[in-house]
Amino acid sequence: MKTTGMKQSYGTLTVKTAMLVIAGLLLFAPFLFQDIRALEVAARICIFIVLVASYDLLLGYTGIVSFAHTMFFGFGCYGAAIALRQMGPGWDAVAIGTLGGVLVSLVVATVIGLISLRVKAIFFAMITLATASVVLVLASQLSQITGGEDGITYRAPDIFKTATKLMVDEDGKVLRWFGVRLNGKLAAYYFVFTTSLVLFLILLRVTVSPLGTVLKAIRENEARAEAIGYRVVAYRTFVFCLSAVMASLAGSVYAIWLKYTGPDTALSFSIMIDILLMVVIGGMGTMWGAVIGAVLLVMAQYYLRDLMGAASEAVAGIPLLPELLAPDRWLFWLGIIFILLVYFFPRGIAGTLMTRGMRT
Amino acid sequence: MPPASLSTRDLTIRFGGHVAVNAVTCDFHPGETTVIVGPNGAGKTTYFNLISGQLTASAGRVIKGEVDITRMSPSARAHLGVGRAFQLTNLFPQLTVLENIRLAVQARAGDGWGVFRAARKLTHLTEKAVHFLEAAHLTDRAEMIAAALPHGDQRKLEVALLMAMEPDIYMFDEPTAGMSLDQAPAVLELIAEIKQDPAKTVLLVEHKMDVVRALADRIIVLHNGELLADGPPTEVMQSQIVRDVYLGTATEHTA
Repeated sequence: MKTTGMKQSYGTLTVKTAMLVIAGLLLFAPFLFQDIRALEVAARICIFIVLVASYDLLLGYTGIVSFAHTMFFGFGCYGAAIALRQMGPGWDAVAIGTLGGVLVSLVVATVIGLISLRVKAIFFAMITLATASVVLVLASQLSQITGGEDGITYRAPDIFKTATKLMVDEDGKVLRWFGVRLNGKLAAYYFVFTTSLVLFLILLRVTVSPLGTVLKAIRENEARAEAIGYRVVAYRTFVFCLSAVMASLAGSVYAIWLKYTGPDTALSFSIMIDILLMVVIGGMGTMWGAVIGAVLLVMAQYYLRDLMGAASEAVAGIPLLPELLAPDRWLFWLGIIFILLVYFFPRGIAGTLMTRGMRT
Repeated sequence: MPPASLSTRDLTIRFGGHVAVNAVTCDFHPGETTVIVGPNGAGKTTYFNLISGQLTASAGRVIKGEVDITRMSPSARAHLGVGRAFQLTNLFPQLTVLENIRLAVQARAGDGWGVFRAARKLTHLTEKAVHFLEAAHLTDRAEMIAAALPHGDQRKLEVALLMAMEPDIYMFDEPTAGMSLDQAPAVLELIAEIKQDPAKTVLLVEHKMDVVRALADRIIVLHNGELLADGPPTEVMQSQIVRDVYLGTATEHTA
């Protein structure tokens, strides 16, 4: 009898192929897209995949609604940023800042979890929202440490400086591979890529582990999970802490990449909304959904304007259309695309594709 | 008679002014199947909830073997061997039948925290789950989503989940509720098999008199939250007081 076999359906294969393509594109991004903006996009996608996947562990797998995920991301960002600012651009600063962010995230997550994970979901969501708001206000008020609204700029470790030559040719100039300079920027990108990949693989591991099955059980039927012998509060608190730590680590990596940390890049609620959209569009309760959601939304945020500019010029002769497609209206079109996606992919892109394949 | 495997001592719960279970003292023994009867609202399910931990007593105690479990969480009681099936089907709806059972096996094995091995590679858990799947005659449904099962199979799965917990105390709350006549025997057979084991204690809430007759070694009657009668089936069913509060009306309905 077939009991443990994976259901390899048509839809699942499509999703997995897409994963391989995305992984390949991200791995070779510096060589495939040789401009600075594309590299920014690729790095942001890497970070957001971890951020969204760790949020999906809460929302999609365990059924916990939290609005504090950006806050934990921010702890990581500010931890690395403050340490790099105060101690100068060394790996010791990176280590201390990252650890500091993780510790703060752990403590705050544990406190929130123990206080409020026993109670109703809506109350928990409100607590996370309130905590995140307080932290956002604190970050802009404590401007001596956080730089307030302006944020902090700092230098990353030397190896990530654009001027750093990883390898030199005979003339002492930076060596090129396939036209790509082997400089610090490249090192920085692969630092982001590798850490994101490792963090994502850890999350993936959790979801297929026995622990992951318990999380799904809690989402499906909390009372019965408790009745068959799982301590639901302990599991929920643990997964809340785990996802907080993951978000914090992603934040530290992003801070090192950007060399700037401010409320807009680290703490703002628009990031929280982005994460929510990515989870919903990609598909809740599947790690692949996090990847698809992050890729699509970050791409749209960066390239929809350009695309519309081109479209607008292409239809220049026709009345009304150029107006509608003007680049300034990109947010309007982004909204329309979201509505269509949610309508046609009610379980998110990955979720819908994978279940659709199962039925046929 | 062996010592009691489960006892309640003056077990009481109040909801505001309403006393739903009132000072119920009762011992349950291994190898014995006790059927709890009583009219609707008598407090049978509430009594179950107090024993398995979904509710916490206002007064009195619940003792499993030697251990006072009155204040323990449902999961802690489950680990001590108190297992419970529910009246309203209470499954993990979007997981497959096998995954449902596997979760109970895994809880029993204490493997819920593992992250270093993939769940589906823990074959000993899967094998055990398959064993209970077969015992519950659900083998051909293994890969179906629980929510998509017909009602009768959902009831079987409900029982299979309880069996997979391998408890000392089996608590069934109207296991055949809502089942058609031709499906009910399958579930009753499962309970009859559990009954064979002299180490197991079975508690059963049931309305249907034919089920009561078939399975009961002993009947207790709850009425308005109080223990009204306790004894062998024939004796209890003959007694005038029981006929007055319960059986009279019940037999009219089932006739």
